[in-house]
Amino acid sequence: MSLQRGCSRSLSPRTTAVSASVFEDFKACISEEASCQTISEINLKPVEKQHEAIRNVFSVLCSRAEHVSNFVDAESIFGPDSRLVYKHFATLYFVLIFDSSENELAMLDLIQVFVETLDKCFRNVCELDIVFNYSKIHAILDEIIFGGQVLETSSTEVMKAVEEITKLEAASNAINLVSKSVSNWRSR
Amino acid sequence: MAGSSIMENLFQRTLEDLIKGMRLQLIGESAFISKAVEEIRREIKSTDPHTKSTALHKLCYLSAIHGLDISWAAFHAVELMSSSRFSHKSVGYHAAALSFHDATPVLLLTTNQLRKDLSSPNPFEASLALQTLSRIATVDLARDLTPEVFSLLSSGRVFVRKKAIAVVLRVFDKYPDAVRVCFKRLVENLESSDPQIVSAVVGVFCELASRDPRSYLPLAPEFYRVLVDCKNNWVLIKVLKIFAKLAPLEPRLAKRIVEPICEIMRATGAKSVMFECVRTVLTSLGDHDSGIKLAVSKVKELLVDEDPNLRYLGLQALSVASEKHLWAVLENKESVIKSLSDEDSNIRVESLRLVMAMVSESNVTEISGVLVNYALKSDPEFCNEILGSVLTTCSRNVYEIVVDFDWYVSLLGEMARIPNCQESEEIERQLIDIGMRVKDARLQLVRVARDLLIDPALLGNACLHRILCAAAWVAGEYIDFAGNLFEIIDALLQPRTNLLPPSIRAVYIHSALKVLVFCLDCYLMQNEDGNLVVGQSDPFIGKRCSVAPESATCQSSNLEQHDDLTFDPRNTTGSPEDLSVFENNADTAVTQGPAITHEYMLGLVDRIELVLAPLTANQDVEVLDRASNILAFVRLVKAELIDNASQKANTADKKDTQVSAIITLMRDAFVTDLGPVSVSAQGRVAVPDGLDLKENLDDLSALCGDIELPSSSSFGIGGPQFGTSSDATSTGLLKNEESGLVNESTSLLEHRKRHGLYYLPSEKNEISQYDYPPANDPRSNSNSDEAAELAKLTEQSLVLKKKPNQTKPRPVVVKLDDGDVVPLPISYKRPEPRDDSLSGAIKDILLGSTTKPSSSQSNPSDKSSSKRKEKKKQVAADIPSQIKENLGDAEGPGLENPGSSSKDHDYVKERRERGKEKIVEGEGHDQKARKKKSSHRHGKHKTRQKANSPLNVVSQTPEIPDFLL
Repeated sequence: MSLQRGCSRSLSPRTTAVSASVFEDFKACISEEASCQTISEINLKPVEKQHEAIRNVFSVLCSRAEHVSNFVDAESIFGPDSRLVYKHFATLYFVLIFDSSENELAMLDLIQVFVETLDKCFRNVCELDIVFNYSKIHAILDEIIFGGQVLETSSTEVMKAVEEITKLEAASNAINLVSKSVSNWRSR
Repeated sequence: MAGSSIMENLFQRTLEDLIKGMRLQLIGESAFISKAVEEIRREIKSTDPHTKSTALHKLCYLSAIHGLDISWAAFHAVELMSSSRFSHKSVGYHAAALSFHDATPVLLLTTNQLRKDLSSPNPFEASLALQTLSRIATVDLARDLTPEVFSLLSSGRVFVRKKAIAVVLRVFDKYPDAVRVCFKRLVENLESSDPQIVSAVVGVFCELASRDPRSYLPLAPEFYRVLVDCKNNWVLIKVLKIFAKLAPLEPRLAKRIVEPICEIMRATGAKSVMFECVRTVLTSLGDHDSGIKLAVSKVKELLVDEDPNLRYLGLQALSVASEKHLWAVLENKESVIKSLSDEDSNIRVESLRLVMAMVSESNVTEISGVLVNYALKSDPEFCNEILGSVLTTCSRNVYEIVVDFDWYVSLLGEMARIPNCQESEEIERQLIDIGMRVKDARLQLVRVARDLLIDPALLGNACLHRILCAAAWVAGEYIDFAGNLFEIIDALLQPRTNLLPPSIRAVYIHSALKVLVFCLDCYLMQNEDGNLVVGQSDPFIGKRCSVAPESATCQSSNLEQHDDLTFDPRNTTGSPEDLSVFENNADTAVTQGPAITHEYMLGLVDRIELVLAPLTANQDVEVLDRASNILAFVRLVKAELIDNASQKANTADKKDTQVSAIITLMRDAFVTDLGPVSVSAQGRVAVPDGLDLKENLDDLSALCGDIELPSSSSFGIGGPQFGTSSDATSTGLLKNEESGLVNESTSLLEHRKRHGLYYLPSEKNEISQYDYPPANDPRSNSNSDEAAELAKLTEQSLVLKKKPNQTKPRPVVVKLDDGDVVPLPISYKRPEPRDDSLSGAIKDILLGSTTKPSSSQSNPSDKSSSKRKEKKKQVAADIPSQIKENLGDAEGPGLENPGSSSKDHDYVKERRERGKEKIVEGEGHDQKARKKKSSHRHGKHKTRQKANSPLNVVSQTPEIPDFLL
């Protein structure tokens, strides 16, 4: 069991989200969600600690049975006043780490919102979508969680914003390519 | 030029290529990454922004997923941030958010770009800038960009405005003076009709209020309105969180919000909101019975829900309630006990906590008994969880709830024998602690210690060594309570003690010395008695049994007593009857042991010599030292004993010999009662002159590194009597905790082969492994049995008995006046470096803003919406002038107009310093102006914060928003 990638993001000033996915061959892969840097800044931990934390979280999650509660004692991993909630979908684990200024059940719902959004975005999201769409997932997450606070809880709103951003990026890239190649062709 | 960039473009690997390559790579991940980084370093220098942005994008990916350090690319990120193309810009901002920190040097270059993008007409560009600002804002950035954030707070676009609201939290954090500018507009946003905006503002206030709730009391009316009017669950949860913080500070507020919260609790369909209401009521509104009753009834519903999450949270809510409302827990005890056998470990741990909360003096015996039995059947982790909580609960406040110490000491002994027990350190501490504190428990303590020591199987379990150490100490220290000296000395010298780590072995040897001294002392005394009573007694009788007429009756009664008290018949059969020593009166340390024969003493001495002689070659100093001491003593005694034996008729002379004097001296030394030591005792000892306690001893490790630790071999203990187990003595093996299990099982096997006995309740697999039928397999009990047993617990023990029928009074427990309990580690506090100034600034603003309502407080009935609107208008009208005033006032002439930028670094620094001075002055000034308004409590708070500001606060009634009255 090895952890290949890991990352996390601040939710509430010391709140972190990690999502993990497991490959069928039981090779663990925490995939996506932003920066290790955020935890490191918030918990004053170096990057290595980050990865260790993710590994710890993952081993705890793996040891949990199905159909048990979705909370894990995270204080040993992320320090006092931190709670961890996770949701398991097929090969993916979605994990949120938060503090006492969030409601546990609301966080569980937030995972649902995130997954719904991913589903809308990729049509039946699977772990490869998450592996290959680094920036898109960031964009989604940035809409939902901003500076450690939950800012948007409607997946339609998130989708709207993300689509706009994607369009904008595509447009600017298109201009780039066309203008360059066209101008080059013209100049000949 | 153009051509080359096209080539670069065409042949550059995109992020997707990189990810694909990563998944297919054969050269190893780190090699692949370093190759990729090499490539990126080349590409990122390209003049083509597209190539550059792709390179940086890849780098971000590597940093986020593989924790690569990308601070070297900071300048490239700044370059891309200023690109006019959105896709490049977003990559640049993303990289900045990912890698910039307070010490990043290029941060200074971003101020202008951020300012430009914050005021960009494109909402997505503004959003990018806000996003990044929320992650990287420093004091300088926060100060310089406050005006831009301020204007975005009233942006027409919800998309941008909500982000501006959220970024305010970081800006306030870094630059508290921004409060003066932004706070009013932030509060205004609470009245917005857009739920997204309200949600964002309430979120910010929830964070702010969790750090310093008192400052936000004046805003209670606004929050109240949100609580009553709002239908959005997310917002409701946050408002409830805010009220949970505010309510304890202001009883009138609590009274006011109970009803609406209960109403929400009844009406809401969302479990999250309902749970938040329950928690708010239980934590902050504890004085309102109707609310508590409703909350507890809701908790009851949660406890029987199908969803384990709800059950878990229900239990958590109960444990919140347990402090003040134990009845709530007792009312739900069936569910709590049932949860103890839940498959979910979270639920089990939580219910265990609740069960322990229900423990009282009257039911501690039953509950602990049932729990310890239950621990036997649980998985190792939960087993230790149970043991740990039983130990802490029972020892709380110097064993406050324990009445029957004999029971408790036996329970400790039982716990020690539970396989998987990881609490040995705590058990060790408590065994010794009880020995020192509770005189009446010593008899039972020695019995428990004896049972532990005498069992050779336990020695093989490395986890138990600490407990055995305590048992050995107890047996040696309180040897005068022991039933059978021979047993104990045998146990202390048994060959398997070579499995112990040296430090504990030393304790064993030392205890053996104590026992030996006690034996000798008894022997001397008894001979003396014999002389006194019978005079020249028949040497034959004296040698065999030396029973004086009076003591004969004593002894026979004692023997009976002894038989009654032994629980373990197999151990008594081995020892000759006449060796059992008179149990002396618990209160007097004077011993009268009538039953030690001369032969026995000689045998004992020989045995000690035989066992300990090899230890004089032990590598461990402690062991070696103690063994040598005791050996020297033994030889001295032996010579004397033999001497005496030859002229045994003449026992009267013995008293005068040198040895007996030494023995008496040593006995006297050991008899002195040891008491508990205050934790603050060390503090009272003056540090001697010339002792530097803070000296850095790091150099020593270098010195010590040269001295090789002797490799552990068993030459020191290689006597024939040690047989096969000498291999296992390598200390490395002992220290390795994981090998404990192996050790345990092999030694157990060995032991069983020898005795055909079972000592430890074994795990199923272990049994099949060794092919023994289960002696008393705890797991054979079915689940229903467990449940039944637990149910029994509900019936019997959790009924709060009015008066425990104590058969015997609680023994005296020695307590110290101070420092009995190790002070709890200071509870963690959030680092709040700037909060003082933040809350100060907020109070300034809020108290300023509430002057208007408070001036109209004369008509308290007026809380209609029309008035609010009026006030709002007033506030709105005030804002522009206020800002100007604030900017001018607080930051003084040293601060330039924030609209214009400064590129001069030196100037920035200078300005900051001047600004600081001004702030302090300004606050002092503010304070004077405000002192009439500020409440007594606020005043006190201020004194702590700003001791340097001149201050004489007139105490007045606290400022209460009109709606509360």
